Amino acid sequence: MREVSIIGIGQTDVGEHWERSLRDLAVDAMIAAIKDSHAERVDALYVGNMLSGELTAQEHLGTLLADWGGLGGTEAYKVEAADASGAAAVRLGYLAVASGVHDFVIACGVEKTTDADAETSNASWTYGTDAEYEGNQGVTVPSMAGLLMRRYMHEFEVTHDRFAPFSVIAHANGVNNPHAMYRSPISAESYARAGMIADPISMFDGAPLCDGAAAVLLCPAELARRFCARPVRIRASAAATDRLAVHSRNDPLFLQAAQLSAQRAYLQAGVAPSDVELFELHDAFSILAALSLEACGFAERGKATALAGEGAFDLHGRTPICTMGGLKARGHPIGASGVYQVVEVTQQLRGEAGANQIEAHLGMTQSLGGTGATAITHILEG
Amino acid sequence: MNVARYWRTEKTRYGLVGETCRVCGKPIFPPRDLCPHCTEAGQDLRTFGGRGEVYSFAHVTDAPAGYTEYQPYTVALIKLEEGPLLTAQLTDVDQSDVRIGMPVEMVTRKLKEEGENGMVVYGYKFRPVMHE
Amino acid sequence: MKPDRQVGIVGYGAYVPRYRLPAVEVSRVWTGGQGGVPIEEKSVPGLDEDTATIAIEAARNALRRGLVDAQDLRAVWVGSESHPYAVKPTGTIVAEAIGATPAVSAGDWQFACKAGTEALQAAIGLVGSGMADYAMAIGADTAQGRPGDALEYTTAAGGAAYIVGPRERSLAYLEGSYSFVTDTPDFFRRPYRHYPEHGGRFTGEPAYFKHITHSVQALLEELRLEPADFAAAVFHQPNVKFPQRVAQMLGFNKEQIKTGLLAGQVGNTYAAAAMLGLTAVLDVARPGDRILLASFGSGAGSDAFSLVVTEAITERQALAPFTRAYVARRKQIDYGVYVRYRHKLEMH
Repeated sequence: MREVSIIGIGQTDVGEHWERSLRDLAVDAMIAAIKDSHAERVDALYVGNMLSGELTAQEHLGTLLADWGGLGGTEAYKVEAADASGAAAVRLGYLAVASGVHDFVIACGVEKTTDADAETSNASWTYGTDAEYEGNQGVTVPSMAGLLMRRYMHEFEVTHDRFAPFSVIAHANGVNNPHAMYRSPISAESYARAGMIADPISMFDGAPLCDGAAAVLLCPAELARRFCARPVRIRASAAATDRLAVHSRNDPLFLQAAQLSAQRAYLQAGVAPSDVELFELHDAFSILAALSLEACGFAERGKATALAGEGAFDLHGRTPICTMGGLKARGHPIGASGVYQVVEVTQQLRGEAGANQIEAHLGMTQSLGGTGATAITHILEG
Repeated sequence: MNVARYWRTEKTRYGLVGETCRVCGKPIFPPRDLCPHCTEAGQDLRTFGGRGEVYSFAHVTDAPAGYTEYQPYTVALIKLEEGPLLTAQLTDVDQSDVRIGMPVEMVTRKLKEEGENGMVVYGYKFRPVMHE
Repeated sequence: MKPDRQVGIVGYGAYVPRYRLPAVEVSRVWTGGQGGVPIEEKSVPGLDEDTATIAIEAARNALRRGLVDAQDLRAVWVGSESHPYAVKPTGTIVAEAIGATPAVSAGDWQFACKAGTEALQAAIGLVGSGMADYAMAIGADTAQGRPGDALEYTTAAGGAAYIVGPRERSLAYLEGSYSFVTDTPDFFRRPYRHYPEHGGRFTGEPAYFKHITHSVQALLEELRLEPADFAAAVFHQPNVKFPQRVAQMLGFNKEQIKTGLLAGQVGNTYAAAAMLGLTAVLDVARPGDRILLASFGSGAGSDAFSLVVTEAITERQALAPFTRAYVARRKQIDYGVYVRYRHKLEMH
């Protein structure tokens, strides 16, 4: 297996792109990544996306984007793993380069949710649950997170207000990210006042669905410096699954896939959680941020909110999270989020994170599909 | 018309028909070809009693397409007396009265209608226990 | 009428939805609160309820009390004027849900408010002829009245299910039954119409009173019984006054009809109305009690039944929720919520 590096990154602003289509957004991000890298060819394109067929009647997405992105002839596919689709595309790109099959691969994540009405995008997002035994019951993705949050509050005797730091951190960091959807800070008080969308999940617990695309260009590490002044190495790439339905898991409050994928990544990189200097985690809901931290070894079970309250995950805390706003403030363009995470860690490791720059050489991303049934972890080194 | 996929799982939805694993003996709900506990194939059908308790719950106020006419409603994880956990709506209960640990019983209710011309989909929901 | 083989009610079950609309809410909106109201309040089905779900719960209660395996039922018949499908039986949904399929006859009956007792007569025939050991007859409805119409005060939802079986296994055996029918168009609903039409006061003397008095008198004559021989009597109850008056006309006293008169608290549950009155009576009946059941269905007709309670009832009554428990389980709603729950809002 070859070592793999990121030599180019691209991202669109995250938000409501009324004038830009699914393909426009993806092509913007792909071209930005190619330009950023100075690469002269692309051997393969992997597109992470969850709902292009449902929301914009467009499948065959890999080929469409290869065509419109000026990569005609290139091998191209869409890969789908619910909210973790983008991270899955990065992993496929990694595998293709590491295996020696391809030298230059683009992993692009894209989602266009605003072409459908809210009820439809809400319903489609739910397709990542078990359609026959969860979806049929009228669950929403926020309510699935609500089931976890309520039980967590009950088992660990944690009140709702203790989850505020996750949203407060995300919004504080989003302020300085020009691509973020929300660039205004929130306070613990405004968190406490937020209206409920799936009680106990409030408006401020959940990340907004929106549009966006991000892309990374990968190549073998030994070639990377020819195309990029500060390549970022992928030290580990690992994926794992849990039972799809929350009710089928042995312990719904323990994200087994998150733990497994993190453990595999730590093993591959030869690092421990304490070596990780920043962690772009999957804060689609504040409860998932807490569970992800606990599963990946950054907090003991039931203690993530307490640590967050002590500042451990602040931008200059022990393990900064959501350093560019996370899903909560940057926004959650479903199948693109996993690529945004990798782009943002790359920015940090390259020293291009602007006002949010932290001193870091090793960063981790973890993208979750649904409420943690898929977990894909990457460890990057700058 | 979208009927076969609802018809196929009718017994499970109407009557909580699940399985017992012939190999490890554990109760299985919803039914599946490979036991989720021991991954062996071979199950016997069994009907679950319909009693259980609320393991967790969330109130839905932004229902997805197909369910908006029923909102607000409460979705829950129900721990059946026989062991398995399942996802279902609560019904006939005020949101403010729902508690973790609340004893509930299965009822068959309308889950949704496939539009004005489509079929009515019935299935299990749970309500506070009425009868001991 | 008497079957060749003696039969009886082997199991019975009730169901009433949780929501209640006080009649004064209707008068508040439509008459400025002026004028009297025919009942106190009526039951309203929840958004996830319909005739099938109501029938299913009543049927499950009947199976619990009957100690009958659903696989032993040879008929599941549902009488209603509010079947969820215009074409496709409610009976198959109920039969599947209670585990009675596939060796079973299932279908729907339609005869306004006596659709359920029509199914009961047929079940008596099926078991009485020896064709089957057990047959289930259900009356269930989610009745609708046009907004502002006199019917809107009372049109309610509920269900009752009966398992007819051999007399020796019964909780109450059948002494005899009678049906009296004429073509009397006092109330009807044409295809594709949401709300029924009714003949106003024409629904009284030539319809309700004439048909019930004839069926009951003929049955009493056939059985050589007097009103005084009955511990309880249950009449179709579109409101509180009609059953009180017909009881008086036939010579039954207030005490005899008290237990089975639920209209004041649940309204007119149509095909379930008389059958639900009977479940309330059976809930507290004692061995030896003789009970009269007389339904009325517009169009028009009345079925009358005479039942005698057996020793077996005592240990079965508590095996399922009592009718009064369903009546007591109430959540009051206002006219606005009612309008939403009954789909009276046009969502243009």
